[in-house]
Amino acid sequence: MQRRVTFDNRLLPYLLLAPQVAVTLVFFIWPAAQAIWQSVHLQDAFGIRSEFVWFENFTHVLSDPNYLDTLKVTVVFSVAVTVLAMGVALLLAVLADSKIKGARAYKTLLIWPYALAPAVAAVLWMFIFNPDIGSFGRALRALGYDWDYRLNGGQALAMVIMAASWKQVSYNFIFFLAGLQAIPRSVMEAASIDGAGPVRRFLTITFPLLSPTTFFLLVVDMVYAFFETFGTIHALTQGGPGKATETLIFRVYQDGVVNNDLGGSSAQSVILMVIVIALTAVQFRFVERKVHYA
Amino acid sequence: MATVEIRNVRKSYGPVEAIKGIDIAIRDGEFLVLLGPSGCGKSTLLRMVAGLEGITGGEIAIGGRVVNHLDPKDRDIAMVFQNYALYPHMTVFDNMAYGLKIRGIPKAEIRTRVDKAAEILELGRFLDRRPSQLSGGQRQRVAMGRAIVREPAAFLFDEPLSNLDAKLRTQMRVEIKRLQDRLGITSLYVTHDQVEAMTLADRILVMNHGVAEQIGTPLEVYQRPASLFVAGFIGSPPMNVLDGRIDDRGEAVLVPGGQRLALPQPRPTDAGRAVKLGIRPEHLAVAAAGFSIEIELVEALGADTVVYGRLPDGETLLVRMAGIPTVRERDRLTVAPQDGALHLFDAATGRRME
Repeated sequence: MQRRVTFDNRLLPYLLLAPQVAVTLVFFIWPAAQAIWQSVHLQDAFGIRSEFVWFENFTHVLSDPNYLDTLKVTVVFSVAVTVLAMGVALLLAVLADSKIKGARAYKTLLIWPYALAPAVAAVLWMFIFNPDIGSFGRALRALGYDWDYRLNGGQALAMVIMAASWKQVSYNFIFFLAGLQAIPRSVMEAASIDGAGPVRRFLTITFPLLSPTTFFLLVVDMVYAFFETFGTIHALTQGGPGKATETLIFRVYQDGVVNNDLGGSSAQSVILMVIVIALTAVQFRFVERKVHYA
Repeated sequence: MATVEIRNVRKSYGPVEAIKGIDIAIRDGEFLVLLGPSGCGKSTLLRMVAGLEGITGGEIAIGGRVVNHLDPKDRDIAMVFQNYALYPHMTVFDNMAYGLKIRGIPKAEIRTRVDKAAEILELGRFLDRRPSQLSGGQRQRVAMGRAIVREPAAFLFDEPLSNLDAKLRTQMRVEIKRLQDRLGITSLYVTHDQVEAMTLADRILVMNHGVAEQIGTPLEVYQRPASLFVAGFIGSPPMNVLDGRIDDRGEAVLVPGGQRLALPQPRPTDAGRAVKLGIRPEHLAVAAAGFSIEIELVEALGADTVVYGRLPDGETLLVRMAGIPTVRERDRLTVAPQDGALHLFDAATGRRME
């Protein structure tokens, strides 16, 4: 049943909406508009003059073979982070939802990583995996494994994927756990009386009933992997070695802030925005069909 | 079809004993109702039969096979839950077919069984719907259908009608009764509603604090309640209970206020003993001599009338009279129990004195 709320004062609804609108304007619409404006301009190195150049920045970016490499890294990174963060979180949530001793402490500990700033988390990972001073890094070398993420691109990518996933597991865990707890116990009991074992119960009852949560997290995690992992990458590898861990968002920063190519960087960020909007639209169009909302 | 035997079954949660040794053998095709107030352990007992709760002590056998350590799926039972527990993401057909698919029954037979159940339960038009598109009564029927198609050894019902409104509850009660008569499957039915118990049961097991207070047919439980608890729980309005003492010759009960009620048979061995005297409101009638009450409240129910009277010593006495009220509040009335309508209970233990 839908309820219509009516206000006597005609200004009040606008006033109530104002904070949200202001935040969106200042932190999204304005910078996005600026990015679009800059993406069609060429600026001199001192930022004094700028010239309208149509889509020259875009053709530049898209014809750069390095850019396609970055795109590949980004795809690998985003898919891996999303799958890993959701898979691990779901596993932990299923375990935390079963009756175990100390479940509360376990849940609290799992939620903590979310409270860490990405850069801080990355520094923690560095202290663990640094081949010279990190405990785990040194242990790997002591075992004879040639571990050095500062030189080996594959190892570097694996590490940023793990670090970025680890941060997002907490977030996913909370949602999965809430989703699991919303499934009535009697439904699971009915399934076990109907003859379904634990695995079948999970596949035919739990997972379908979690689908709204899973879909929501899929969108959120993908956006996270594309945009919010900048801090983690910046603190751990700065996109290196070579360009092995340079994702699209990191390159936007690299070209714009470090290399001072504001036009090219803006063009990239517009492309990135289009990619994420398109991916989200695709998910809503095709994945959401399979989602069951209770 | 099968018997269900419960032998000295106990359940403890840590130091708390929830079920303190229940013994009952349920016959093949029998409809047994577990009746009691909330927290008496009746649902726990049912869940132990289903295999959803562990058994602390004793044995449960279904069809002669001890099932203590079997998974719910291997016990050959079907259960109907209070909140229906339908699979929300499946259609009505799939809800009913789920258990059959798992058991590897051929598709054609699943179709036949589900169609047959749907016909019995008048669900044919709804097979393609989701549970969220059904009314409460229809969901209840789907839950029943899911149990029927399995053709189990026993049905377990856990307060299946509690979430329905009063009218629908009466209607579904009749349907369950018809269905059980028709299918003849051994059934255990948990409820706190005495009307459901009286109308559905072949036998009732009245539970209180984890103990079986009485096991008997509905009429036995009504006519010869084994304890004060059963006497108070079965019957509406509840039985009047007065303090009394058997006189020195064992021929009558003396109640405060000086009333003397002759016993149907003399009980010389109980002379002088303190007792609780139970009289059902429907067994009191206007008489020339007997309890003198001042009427405090008159409830006209249409078919009969409940009179709340006060005895001289302040105790309340309920009287149920047929038809519309003939008395008014603040009237005085003299009522006496009909012959043989006295129930005597031990004042200390609350058990019935035969």
